[in-house]
Amino acid sequence: MRPWRAAVFAVAGAYFLLPLWAGLRFSLAYNGTGWSLEAYLGLGGQQGFGTAVWLSVQLAAVATVTTLVLMFPTVLYVNLRLPRVRRVMEFVTSLPIVIPPVVLIIGVLDVAPGWLKASPFLLALEYVVLAVPFAYRALDTGIRSIDTKTLVDAARSLGAGPLTTVRRVLLPNLRAAVLSATVLIVALVLGEYTMASLDQFSTFPTWIVLFDQSNSHVSEAASLLSLVLTWVVLLGISMIGRPRASRRRFGVPGRLVGARVWPRETGGPAGSDGGLARVGLPGSVDGRHVVRTGMSMGPAGLEGEPL
Amino acid sequence: MTVLSHPNDGAGGGGRAHASGSTGRAPMSTARRPARPAGALVPGSGAGAGGHSGTPVEMVELSCQFGNIRALDGFSLAIGPGELLALLGPSGCGKTTALRVLAGFEAPIGGQVLVDGQDVVGVPAQKRNMGMVFQGYSLFPNMTVLENVAFGLRLRKVGTAQRRARAMNLLEMVELADRSGHYPHELSGGQQQRVALARALAIEPRVLLLDEPLSALDAKVRAQLREHIRSLQKRLVITTVFVTHDQDEALSLADRVAVMRQGRLEQVATPAELYNRPETPFVAEFVGTMNRLPGRALGPGRVEVLGREVEARNLPGSVAAGALVDVLLRPEEITVVAAPGARGIVSSVTFRGAQSRLDVLLSADLLVKVDLPSSAASALPAGSGVEVALASDNVLVDPARQTISLAEEPV
Ligand SMILES: Nc1ncnc2c1ncn2[C@@H]1O[C@H](COP(=O)(O)OP(=O)(O)OP(=O)(O)O)[C@@H](O)[C@H]1O
Ligand SMILES: [Mg+2]
Repeated sequence: MRPWRAAVFAVAGAYFLLPLWAGLRFSLAYNGTGWSLEAYLGLGGQQGFGTAVWLSVQLAAVATVTTLVLMFPTVLYVNLRLPRVRRVMEFVTSLPIVIPPVVLIIGVLDVAPGWLKASPFLLALEYVVLAVPFAYRALDTGIRSIDTKTLVDAARSLGAGPLTTVRRVLLPNLRAAVLSATVLIVALVLGEYTMASLDQFSTFPTWIVLFDQSNSHVSEAASLLSLVLTWVVLLGISMIGRPRASRRRFGVPGRLVGARVWPRETGGPAGSDGGLARVGLPGSVDGRHVVRTGMSMGPAGLEGEPL
Repeated sequence: MTVLSHPNDGAGGGGRAHASGSTGRAPMSTARRPARPAGALVPGSGAGAGGHSGTPVEMVELSCQFGNIRALDGFSLAIGPGELLALLGPSGCGKTTALRVLAGFEAPIGGQVLVDGQDVVGVPAQKRNMGMVFQGYSLFPNMTVLENVAFGLRLRKVGTAQRRARAMNLLEMVELADRSGHYPHELSGGQQQRVALARALAIEPRVLLLDEPLSALDAKVRAQLREHIRSLQKRLVITTVFVTHDQDEALSLADRVAVMRQGRLEQVATPAELYNRPETPFVAEFVGTMNRLPGRALGPGRVEVLGREVEARNLPGSVAAGALVDVLLRPEEITVVAAPGARGIVSSVTFRGAQSRLDVLLSADLLVKVDLPSSAASALPAGSGVEVALASDNVLVDPARQTISLAEEPV
């Protein structure tokens, strides 16, 4: 058992870390022989860098909120009231993975009204479509990992209306699932290239590719930095989401994503984080997604271990 | 067959009448219940909807459909104010559904639910003020024990201090005050169910609904908690419906037991009545152990079995004299005496403390279960020849025969 684990860990680690290492060396290389931080220091001043990052952040925020607002009630309703529709939902929500983004985007550009095509908001809506498979699965796994029906019934019998039930009972207990979904969507948006470039918006990933042609060292530095930044953002999200109680009780320092620590015997939302592992990493959904930012999804913590 | 009206119905309406005393409750349950609760246990409960005499509840001709399954099929049942009624029946007979319709989680396709005389069908669950304890663990994992119990009060905008005091009071009642700061996962199953009970009681529900709350617990904890529920219910005088498929639980706990079958009420009666005078063969065989013996109808209300002529309380007039019927007999309604060479052979003896259970073979395919004092049973080891006799004057018959007697003759 043990040696196997070590071997798998080593292979997976090499798979993730070697490209990063290569990228780091490349971004630091100077004049063929020396080393320099120049690529990093000059990053902020590069043309279009700031606006591209800002646009991506906005898109991530809009896409996340929209997706969650759409998907949370949907998943809840399907699980509580229409359990027979679950199969259909699973199929329908996986369509955005099956259909190539190019096909999607051509369809969208064909039907979208002109004012929408001119607005980056169109991109956010497209990201909502792309995010649905991940959000659905993360939320579904979470909702099914707790006895949602009984909790909802209990809350109702105590006098809680639907909104109170969601706010006081469901969301606190589905925090891990909601965080998983959030993290997946944010990472997806920060790494998506195909749609952004076809829509001709300058998001962070498209900026990196564009800039690569003029200064590949800087481009490489930017993508590595984006990895670190995404990490920080995800860490921040998981810190915000952490409930007071568990922080106090377990005193575990900030682990990555969805880091609600549940004691094993509760069978609580710990299992729900399996959603992360199951859905895989959106950044690596397919080979179409661009370069290193896709890798920003790859903090090892996201993968195997129960968070 | 079904009893629609409850002896205590007269006390309904005002909701202030005494729960017991002069009303026509069966002697057994009257004896168990004090005329007044033993003091106000929940602060401020006097003015609550629950009051001190409980709320009458009546289900009238309820029907409930899931796809093509009729879970309730014209189910009617009246529950007296402050009564503890057990809903008993085989799996899938609609017990949970009946409870969920009462609670408002399921909408009936027909019928009424009258709480204190008012139809509440259409009133959403969160407005019904009914406390419910579920089969599975239903405590909110993100809240402490105290927060769980106080949840309903919080929704009712009870002030923090008062809420806390009341929740603590209830936790004391279920003897878990020292666990108030713990989280549900830190409690045992039995403790969790006690917290769930306290949480349901905290809102001073008009009706308390329990859906097999003990089924996940081991036998000992179960018996304790059963007593606990009973004594709390008695002290607080809350109309209570307790769903179970465990007949021992139903018989030992309830004022009255309602037996359900396929979405309908089969019989509702006190535990003693239900056991001693079941109205239908189904109830007879579902509650306690029953023997089926071939007998012969002798005329209106008379039947011959085990060589004796006795009264058959439910023999329909349509059964002709001379027709073969099944006679249902409890193990204690049959006696045996040692008689070497007689037709009956003891095939096994099961020691059960003061009593022993004998399996007696009367013919190749006719086995009779007999209970007798262990002292007497010790003289009858397996293989002994015995004579079997009837020790009852009034029996229940099932005209739809199921036993086969090779001789086509009553034994
Ligand atoms: N939500 C549902 N959807 C479809 N059928 C249901 C649903 N709930 C109950 N039923 C069906 O209705 C019937 C009655 O179910 P119910 O749960 O009331 O039985 P029960 O008496 O509580 O049984 P048990 O003792 O096993 O809990 C069963 O045949 C069941 O399959
Ligand atoms: Mg049930």
